[in-house]
Amino acid sequence: MESVVFIFSLIDCCALIFLSVYFIITLSDLECDYINARSCCSKLNKWVVPEVIGHAVVTVLMLISLHWFIFLLNLPVATWNIYRYIMVPSGNMGVFDPTEIHNRGQLKSHMKEAMIKLGFHLLCFFMYLYSMILALIND
Amino acid sequence: MKKHKEIFDQRVTEHCHRLSSQALNDLMSKGLEYQTARVPSKLTYSPLLCFSQYPGVNQLSSSLGGLNLQHSQQPESLRPVNLTHDRNILPVSSVPAPVPNLNSDLRKLNCSPDSFRCTLTNIPQTQALLNKAKLPLGLLLHPFRDLTQLPVITSSTIVRCRSCRTYINPFVSFIDQRRWKCNLCYRVNDVPEEFMYNPLTRSYGEPHKRPEVQNSTVEFIASSDYMLRPPQPAVYLFVLDVSHNAVEAGYLTIVCQSLLENLDKLPGDSRTRIGFITFDSTVQFYNLQEGLSQPQMLIVSDIDDIFLPTPDSLLVNLHESKELIKDLLNALPNMFTNTRETHSALGPALQAAFKLMSPTGGRISVFQTQLPSLGAGLLHSREDPNQRSSTKHLGPATDFYKKLALDCSGQQTAVDLFLLSSQYSDLASLACMSKYSAGCIYYYPSFHRSHNPAQAEKLQKDLKRYLTRKIGFEAVMRIRCTKGLSIHTFHGNFFVRSTDLLSLANVNPDAGFAVQMSIEESLTDTSLVCFQTALLYTSSKGERRIRVHTLCLPVVSSLSDVYAGADVQAVVCLLANMAVDRSVSSSLADARDALVNAVVDSLAAYMSTASNLQQSMLIAPNSLKLFPLYILALLKQKAFRTGTSTRLDDRVYAMCQMKSQPLVHLMKMIHPNLYRIDKLTDEVITIHVNDRVVPQPPLQKLTAEKLTREGAFLMDCGSIFYLWIGKNCDNNFIKDVLGYPNYASVPQKMTQLPEVDAPSSERTRSFISWLRDSRPLSPVLQVIKDENPAKTDFFQHLIEDRTEAAFSYYEFLLNIQQQICK
Repeated sequence: MESVVFIFSLIDCCALIFLSVYFIITLSDLECDYINARSCCSKLNKWVVPEVIGHAVVTVLMLISLHWFIFLLNLPVATWNIYRYIMVPSGNMGVFDPTEIHNRGQLKSHMKEAMIKLGFHLLCFFMYLYSMILALIND
Repeated sequence: MKKHKEIFDQRVTEHCHRLSSQALNDLMSKGLEYQTARVPSKLTYSPLLCFSQYPGVNQLSSSLGGLNLQHSQQPESLRPVNLTHDRNILPVSSVPAPVPNLNSDLRKLNCSPDSFRCTLTNIPQTQALLNKAKLPLGLLLHPFRDLTQLPVITSSTIVRCRSCRTYINPFVSFIDQRRWKCNLCYRVNDVPEEFMYNPLTRSYGEPHKRPEVQNSTVEFIASSDYMLRPPQPAVYLFVLDVSHNAVEAGYLTIVCQSLLENLDKLPGDSRTRIGFITFDSTVQFYNLQEGLSQPQMLIVSDIDDIFLPTPDSLLVNLHESKELIKDLLNALPNMFTNTRETHSALGPALQAAFKLMSPTGGRISVFQTQLPSLGAGLLHSREDPNQRSSTKHLGPATDFYKKLALDCSGQQTAVDLFLLSSQYSDLASLACMSKYSAGCIYYYPSFHRSHNPAQAEKLQKDLKRYLTRKIGFEAVMRIRCTKGLSIHTFHGNFFVRSTDLLSLANVNPDAGFAVQMSIEESLTDTSLVCFQTALLYTSSKGERRIRVHTLCLPVVSSLSDVYAGADVQAVVCLLANMAVDRSVSSSLADARDALVNAVVDSLAAYMSTASNLQQSMLIAPNSLKLFPLYILALLKQKAFRTGTSTRLDDRVYAMCQMKSQPLVHLMKMIHPNLYRIDKLTDEVITIHVNDRVVPQPPLQKLTAEKLTREGAFLMDCGSIFYLWIGKNCDNNFIKDVLGYPNYASVPQKMTQLPEVDAPSSERTRSFISWLRDSRPLSPVLQVIKDENPAKTDFFQHLIEDRTEAAFSYYEFLLNIQQQICK
C-alpha cells in the first residue's frame, strides 16, 4: 500500500518536473524573442490548472497516507499555486497575461518562480524515490 | 514576429553605391534649401532639409563633449528654498524645461524637450546613487507630435550600427572620417561610401555635415526592407450607437455634420476607404457600392454568431462613393428618431468591425452612449451610487475587450472610443479596447445636445481635430539606451510585443508615452548617455517612414548634481503614471501613500546631504521647489482624490488621461494656470506675435485668496478655459470684453467672447487666442458667475486651499516636515 502511494507520487512528481521545465523553456523563448507574447501566454495558461491539480493531488495523498513531514513540505507550494490562480484580477487573461508580462519585470519573476518550483520538485522526487525504495524493501 | 526581427536586424549592406549624376539631380531638385523655413504646424510633410553651420562633430567625441560645467547654471538649480517661509514659488511665466548641463554645441543639437524628456537631466552613475536620490528615473516621450521643422531624408541607405541597430545621430563620434563609433553600444562601424558624399555642399569626405548627423530629430523614408507588406491605405470605420438612449442624447447630428464638413480633409490619398456600422440590439451594415442610387442598409440580427452580410462594398473607396456617403450622412440622424430599442450590442458590433478591418487594418471609431447590455462583452453596473467615495472596480470586469484589442492590434487596427454617457458605463472595462490597440479615449459625461451645450461644443471641436490630424498606420516603436541602462516598465496606449518593441496599430500626434528605466551596470567609464526613439510607420499617403529622436544627457557621480538636474514636471508626470498602475493593481490608498512618500523621501535625502540646515525648516533645492505643490495637486485630482464624491467613470477617465497625455497637456490638467485678466491693458510685459500685441500676465497661485471680487480671472486647464468674474467686477470690463452692461445681465452659459472694438477686448481676445494656438486641441471657454453649477469645477482646481477632506498647501508642507523629522 505504502509503495503504491509512493510510486504514484513519484510519477506525479515527474510530470510536475517536466511541466516546470516546459514553463522555463517557454518563458526563455519569450525573452529571446522566438515566440510572441500572446502565443507564449496561451500555451502557459493552458497548463496552469493541470499543475495546480497535480500538486494538490500529491499533497492530499500525503495527508491521507499520514506522511506528515512530506505533507507539510508540499503544503506551502500548493497553497501558493491555488492563491495565484484565484487572485488573478478580473480583467486579465489568466495567470500569464500578454499585456502585462513585459511590464514591471513580471517575466523575470515568473522565470524565478518556475526555477524555484523546478528545484523543489527535484528535491521531492528524490525524497519519494527514497521512500518508495524503503517501502518496497519493507514489504 | 520573427520577420520583423529580421527586418530590424538586417545587416547594412557593405557594397558601394555610386550615385549617378541623374540621381544627384533628382536629389537636388527635391527642394533642398539652406535656411530653415517656417512651415505652418498643420503641414508636416515638408521635404526640406534644414541646415545650420555647426562645427564638425569630430571634435565632439564623447570624451570631450560631456561635463563642461557651466558654473552659472549649477548653483542656481541647487539653491536651497525654504518652502515654509517662501510663499511665492510659482514662476512668473510657465515653468521651463531644465537644460541639460552639456557644452553649447551638444546643447544646440540636442532633442527638443517637447518631444523627449528625462526625469533626471543628470543621470546618476550607479543604481545605488539613484536609490539614494529617491527620485524615479524615466523618459517621457511625445514622438509623433506636430512639428514645424522636420528634416526628411530620402537617402537609399540608412546608416545604422551593425550590432545594436541604432540610427546614426548627432552624438556619435567619427574616427578618421571612415569609421564611426556607436554611442549606445560603442561598436566601431564603417561609414558606407555613399554617406561620404554630402549632396548639399557637394563635398566629399565630410560625413559629419550630413543632415542625419546635424539634427537630433529626423525622418527617414524607409525602403522596402522595412515593410512586411505593401503600405496599407487609410481605412476608417465608424461604429455608431443608435439605441433610444443615443438618439435622446442627440450626438448623431453633430457627428454626421462634422464628418460631412471634414470628409475631404481626412488624411489619406486616392485609396482611402470608409465604412459605417450602426448597432442597437441588432447590427446594421451599409452597402455603399458605387453605382447604387442610394445607400442600402443590411441588418444582421444573429448577434451571437455575427457575420458580414456581403464580402465587399461595406468598406468603400471614399472618392468613388462620395455621393452615396454624403447621402448616408445626411439621412442617418433622422433614420432612428422613433426607435424603441434600449439595448446596446456593442460586443457583436465590434466583432463585426474587426472582421471587416482584418484584411487591411486601419482605424475604428466607436461611439457609445450606455452600458453594453446584449451579446458578447455585456457589462453589469458595478458602481453603487451610495458609495461614491469607494475606490474599487478600477480595473476591467471582463477580458473580452482586452482580447478584442489584442486581436485588432495583431491586424494593425486601432479602436478609438467616444463615450457619451449620462450614467455609469463601466469605462474601466471599455477603455481596454483602446488601451492595448493604441487607440485614444474621449469621454463626455452627461452628454446631451440641448441641455449641455458645453459638452456638445467640446465634441464638435474634438471631432474636428480627430478627423483632420495626422495619422500613422501599422507602426512600431523601439526605444534604445546606452549600454548599462535598461527599460523595465512602459506606460501608454500600445501593446508591448517584446522586451523593447512597442506595437502601435495607429500613432497619432496627441499621444504621449512614458517609460521607467533602471541602471543595470554602472556608468563609470562614460560621461554621456544617449537615448533614441525610432518610430516606423506608414503615412496616410502610403509612404513608409521612420521618425528618429535622439537625446543626450551627462552622467554625474554626486548626489547634489543629481538634484541639480531634476526635472520636476517630468518627475510628477512619471509618478502619476506609476500611481495609476498602483491604484489598479493594489489600491488607491496605497497609491496616495506612495505619492506622499515620494516627496518625503526625496526631500529628506536632499536635506541630509546639505548638512548645514536646521531641522525645523522644510528646505528644497530650487529644481524641486514645486514638487510638494504638484504632488498636492495630483492628490486632489479626480483620479486620486478621496473624500469627495467622484463618479467612477470620471475617475477612470482621469486615470486614462494620466497615462496617455503628453507632458505639457498633463501638467495643465494637474496644475492649471491662473491669470488675472481684467487689467490687461495695464500689463507691462507683452510679446509681439504676427503683428498682434499679446499681453503676458503673471501666473497666480491657485488659491481663493488671490481671487478678488473686483477682478476677473482666467484659468487655463488644458482642454477647458474658465473665466470667473467677481461680483464687483469693473462694469467697463464687463461691457467691453463680455458685451453686457453689468454683472447681473451676463448669461449663465456663455461660451464666446464678442468682438467689441475696445482695447481691453482686443487684448483679452488676443491673449486667449494666443493660448489657444499653442495647443492642437481647441479648448472650450466657459464664463462663470457665482451661481453657475460649473463653479464647483472651477473651485476644485484651487488646490492650495483647504477643503473638508484635504489639506491646504501649508498644512501639506507641515505634514511633510513632520514625516521627515520622524
